[in-house]
Amino acid sequence: MDLKTLLLGKLGWDSIPFHEPILIATFAAVAIGGLALVWVVTRYRLWGTLWHDWFTSIDHKKIGIMYMILGLVMLLRGFSDAIMMRIQQAIAFGDSAGYLPPHHYDQIFTAHGVIMIFFVAMPLITGLMNYIVPLQIGARDVAFPFLNNFSFWMTTAGAVLVMVSLFIGEFSTTGWLAYPPLSGIEHSPSVGMDYYIWALQIAGIGTTLSGINLIVTIIKMRAPGMAMMKMPVFTWTSLCANVLIVASFPILTAVLALLTLDRYVGTNFFTNDLGGNPMMYVNLIWIWGHPEVYILILPLFGVFSEIVATYSRKRLFGYTSMVYATVVITVLSYLVWLHHFFTMGGGASVNAFFGISTMIISIPTGAKMFNWLFTMYRGRIRFDLPMMWTIAFMLTFVIGGMTGVMLAIPPADFVLHNSLFLIAHFHNVIIGGVLFGLFAAMTYWYPKAFGYKLDPFWGKVSFWFWVVGFYAAFMPLYVLGFMGVTRRLSHFEDPSYQIWFQIAALGAFLIAIGIAAFIIQIIVSYLKRDQLRDETGDPWNGRTLEWATSSPPPEYNFAFTPVIHERDAWWHMKQAGAERVTDGFLPIHMPRNTGAGIILAGLSTLCGFALIWHMWPLAIASFAAVIGGAIYHSFNYNRDYYIPAAKVAQVEADRTRQLAMHHV
Amino acid sequence: MSNTTAIQHPGAASAPGKLQFFLKQEHHPQNGTSLGFWIYLMSDCLIFAALFATYAVLGRSYAAGPSGADLFNLNLIAVSTAVLLLSSITYGFCVIEAQRKRLRPAMIWLGITGLLGLTFLGLEIYEFAHLIHLGAVPQRSAFLSAFYTLVGTHGLHVAFGVIWLVTLLFQLRKYGLTSENHRRLMCLSMFWHFLDLIWIAVFSFVYLLGTLP
Repeated sequence: MDLKTLLLGKLGWDSIPFHEPILIATFAAVAIGGLALVWVVTRYRLWGTLWHDWFTSIDHKKIGIMYMILGLVMLLRGFSDAIMMRIQQAIAFGDSAGYLPPHHYDQIFTAHGVIMIFFVAMPLITGLMNYIVPLQIGARDVAFPFLNNFSFWMTTAGAVLVMVSLFIGEFSTTGWLAYPPLSGIEHSPSVGMDYYIWALQIAGIGTTLSGINLIVTIIKMRAPGMAMMKMPVFTWTSLCANVLIVASFPILTAVLALLTLDRYVGTNFFTNDLGGNPMMYVNLIWIWGHPEVYILILPLFGVFSEIVATYSRKRLFGYTSMVYATVVITVLSYLVWLHHFFTMGGGASVNAFFGISTMIISIPTGAKMFNWLFTMYRGRIRFDLPMMWTIAFMLTFVIGGMTGVMLAIPPADFVLHNSLFLIAHFHNVIIGGVLFGLFAAMTYWYPKAFGYKLDPFWGKVSFWFWVVGFYAAFMPLYVLGFMGVTRRLSHFEDPSYQIWFQIAALGAFLIAIGIAAFIIQIIVSYLKRDQLRDETGDPWNGRTLEWATSSPPPEYNFAFTPVIHERDAWWHMKQAGAERVTDGFLPIHMPRNTGAGIILAGLSTLCGFALIWHMWPLAIASFAAVIGGAIYHSFNYNRDYYIPAAKVAQVEADRTRQLAMHHV
Repeated sequence: MSNTTAIQHPGAASAPGKLQFFLKQEHHPQNGTSLGFWIYLMSDCLIFAALFATYAVLGRSYAAGPSGADLFNLNLIAVSTAVLLLSSITYGFCVIEAQRKRLRPAMIWLGITGLLGLTFLGLEIYEFAHLIHLGAVPQRSAFLSAFYTLVGTHGLHVAFGVIWLVTLLFQLRKYGLTSENHRRLMCLSMFWHFLDLIWIAVFSFVYLLGTLP
């Protein structure tokens, strides 16, 4: 082995995709954008602020915001992949091959799925839980603040590896779950599969740790008086989602590790010969994968519950049944994985068990739907933007849920399996549920995080383009599914499909306008921030504790820990005329910022990159550096400090003046 | 207001207006480290569950290669099992000494535990080297792939446990039995006993059942 192969492994100039004009143009755009960003940050001397106040911050609120930014940036990437596929499928008929070569097309649909689930939906819900949960339970931070920062950077590390694959080497071509034997070394010898493995493995560590962190936070750090059945519903759904994270992500870690061994060492877990069994992989990955979709949707069920109650000015109908429904969904979601491959040949009894358990999930979900409806019934509903998203969700999600029950019937699934009907179904529930919920949540809590509301006009533009665009883009896929079109195709012969694909492409362009309107909304809101300012801390007449703080909350959240007597704690405080405490402040014990998280995650990224390209010395060195760095960090015993009482008194006095000036 | 119901809590005997809504002294939430570590252990347990499930499915797929009955030397495994179980007992002694606030004996027992862990690892490496020498390499069959991965993952955990243990020895020497160090000692203790438990499952499921024809 020569020195170059030893140091650089498989990496060489031929790994850079110079022959792909689309990628070169993208790289140029990204490079110019990146340089512009660096210039702005340098010009306004923001590097110090970024490092000290953000990157090394262990404040759950700042980490939450960083998660949201990561998710939104990656949404742009994931959506670019989506619209490229829609254009290709709208034009690649008969003699026209479209503009994407099949190999590139395969990478795009794989990257789209991986990015949207792991690096859009997951960061967005984790960011939301990070920001809101400690405030809702009256805590000053999460249970393990340093771990929180580390988890965020590990998630980012995974996203960085996926983005790097765009310009150095290539990405996986196997579809988002990488079934073997296709994903084995024999059929996918390129580094694309390895990018997939190490990006998910590194991000998965972050996700598991953040799951543990939030569970402990919710169990151990609730304010005095907040029994489990007095927790806000969003906190309940977050708890269940995090239990699912901890109960399922280790399976993903294990199954990816086995696939890695097959690829790197030559073991025979999922090979076709020497006793390997590819279906073992499919089972294991769905034991993670099915709970994963409930990890995504459960927190948003909580968001809708908060929003419906607030904007109907009523307490939530059926709190107890809502909690039980959430817990039942949590348990059932672990017992349905096989419905993703009824065609495996498990036999009638196996398929019947998993088909029926799948259908049963629609019962607690339906209970939730009725609880939201009954909350709205005879309420004084304000149709603000979060409420509009909620209603769009309820209408859309019911359609997606019903096509889901259709797919749960094994004989029907044998026909619809792997068709565009399935694609339409899961986009119906993920866009209609998770994404609509995230937009509702961002609009609802944006004033809490930034101190001013989002501009409603551009929000409504975004809303209508998103909703209409969604229906235009995905209803045709149901039709195409019934016509027998399977997923992941880059070219078609039958011209009767084309009109449906063209409608779907039109829908994707409408969604693009929706995304643009959302970006404009953020910019316009920033420019109009003085008009949109929220001085009260409670712009929507909210019910839960996060609205008891100023917008944005001080770094310690609550100068005095709140005492809870009822479910909607803040509503109760307002009804009972609870008065703010304005004297007798005490020093507040807070965790100290640290750069250990970003440094360890950076070394992990390097280690992942080295493993992808078989740069063994670098891989060993960076792995040793990760372990050494962790040990070094464990010798740091000086991890906290006190905010002096005088400082707290000053912040709270400002707040008192602010409230008095606006007659609250 | 239909939204406010009667307040039901012990202090509600007085008028509702007199309810206390803020805690005017410092609030100390319970420390969550041991709960968090328990949850971490359970997540790790799920990794082992996946590996055990894989072994259960693939453990008889010999691909015309050697089987467990051909390969396993139960005498050697009995010794390494005894060594690992003994290390749990010596860790227990360490914890007892730590609770008596006796630093030096605690460190000595911890050191002995680490040495027993290293012995266990040495025996495992010897076993693997011997099997590889016989041609029973992980690439030979799905059974051997699953065997090496399951047993090797446990071994990797023990190796990390030893690294942690050595780190903790240095920290104990430098800072003594502070509350942080005591917490770390208890976490490592849970980790160590957990690995023992996993090993008992490996021993029964892989080695004892594997030597049956």
